[in-house]
Amino acid sequence: MSNDPSSRPVLELDQVRLAFEGEEVLRGVCLRAMQGERLVILGRSGSGKSTLLRLILGIVKLVSGSVKFEGAEVSQMGRGRLNQMRSRIGMVYQYSALISSLNVRDNLALPLEELTDKSTREIEAIVDEKLALVGMADAKNKMPAELSGGMRKRVGFARALVLDPALILYDEPTAGLDPVISAVIDELIITLSEKIEVTSIIVTHEMSSAFKVATRMAMLYEGRIILDDTPGHFRESTDPVVAQFIHGEVDGPILR
Amino acid sequence: MLPASAAPDANLFPMFRLKLAYISSLTWLLIETIQETADHAWRGRVPIRIGSLFAQADRVGAGSVPLVSLVSFFVGLTIALLTGYQLRTFGQEQLVPPLVAIAFTRELGPLMTGIMIAARVGAAFTAELGTMTVSEEVEAIEAMGIGPLRFLVTPRLLAVVALMPSLVIVGNMAAIGGAALISKVVFSISYRFFMESAAESLLMRDIVAGVLKSLLFGLIIGLVACFKGLGVRGGAAGVGEATTSSVVTAIATVIGFDTVFNIVLVSWTA
Repeated sequence: MSNDPSSRPVLELDQVRLAFEGEEVLRGVCLRAMQGERLVILGRSGSGKSTLLRLILGIVKLVSGSVKFEGAEVSQMGRGRLNQMRSRIGMVYQYSALISSLNVRDNLALPLEELTDKSTREIEAIVDEKLALVGMADAKNKMPAELSGGMRKRVGFARALVLDPALILYDEPTAGLDPVISAVIDELIITLSEKIEVTSIIVTHEMSSAFKVATRMAMLYEGRIILDDTPGHFRESTDPVVAQFIHGEVDGPILR
Repeated sequence: MLPASAAPDANLFPMFRLKLAYISSLTWLLIETIQETADHAWRGRVPIRIGSLFAQADRVGAGSVPLVSLVSFFVGLTIALLTGYQLRTFGQEQLVPPLVAIAFTRELGPLMTGIMIAARVGAAFTAELGTMTVSEEVEAIEAMGIGPLRFLVTPRLLAVVALMPSLVIVGNMAAIGGAALISKVVFSISYRFFMESAAESLLMRDIVAGVLKSLLFGLIIGLVACFKGLGVRGGAAGVGEATTSSVVTAIATVIGFDTVFNIVLVSWTA
């Protein structure tokens, strides 16, 4: 899909550098996400994958380089523009990050009530539609604490979808879930991207789910993207770091 | 070249700088919150949820009435009792009502209510916002473009600033009630004489000073509590630490500002 000249990049990262308390986390990351693709970012725990997502949302500020969403430079945006851009991006958190004092319905309705002029009836219809999409229609009046981890995650998906985003960011969508629920979540990511043609960026280190959902993969290692290719090429990669990571081997350049 | 004896004072400077940095971050929080809220209103939207403002106001105001009135009642009673005993040796018990009335409207009412609200409401704000920060709820609100300062901080700040004066008045009334009761029982001062004498001794200036102070204290407590809550790092332990620190800082800051306020007021009116 990335080779299709008619498709345009939704997101472009160019030579992105980022440091936390003097320690460089990202050392010149270049990455593009094209319209409609499912880009999986692989990397070890603590390699800066989740930070990358926060960088896209403008929550953390980069040291140098450029992050462009739909052609507009994120770091140059004022508060209004930034919030406008954020409402075009859905973020699915590792631990769902639902507002614990609001029930499922209110959690979904919150961005609609705060950021759009939709009537209560329209909001109700959108909430029902998105909950049905993730198979959680029955949980509408439950509090987040009453839901299991997998259910909460699905409600988190629905919340990311209510504003009809152009891009969805997934932070470790299947971490800590049982294999069946993981498979359901993977299926959901694929269905969502096909049904509403949204671009998805998925950060994970679970290889089975990565290969299942990805249309393209990128590996983040020591602050750089060391390989950016199709899942097929990733499987056949002879790069020692990539090979060790994909097959989960003890011996190799990682940790040595 | 400074004499060697000045060395300990050199340590004061970084501490002073730290305090200044702290005050500047509170000011920054206030300005950012106002800007974010105004930004939203500018785009023709309701800047805060009325429901959430009322919920916070109920918690801060109505919820604090029992504590504030109970404590103020007993402190008023105790002050009347102790000063009354001393004044009786000079046959001047009739000075108890003005003493309690002035002490509370001008000084003890705002100060004690400030301390109680810092402990009760400030701790709740910090713990709540801290837990939301740790569970990434605050970040999620930011990531959705809703604006956490406007959505979370504004209603809390407004509630505590708006309701502090009311709580101080409730506390003052309770304290004067307690003092009147003990004056009647121990010093045989009639309620009527007590109230008349108290009302006569009160100056508008003292009452206004008390109300202004309470507004300022409300702002300090709200800002410190929200600042500490949103700055929590490191899970449950972090929330506990921040809550303790929020209460201690708010109380110390309230007392500090009270002193400054009194000095300014006295030198201004003198």
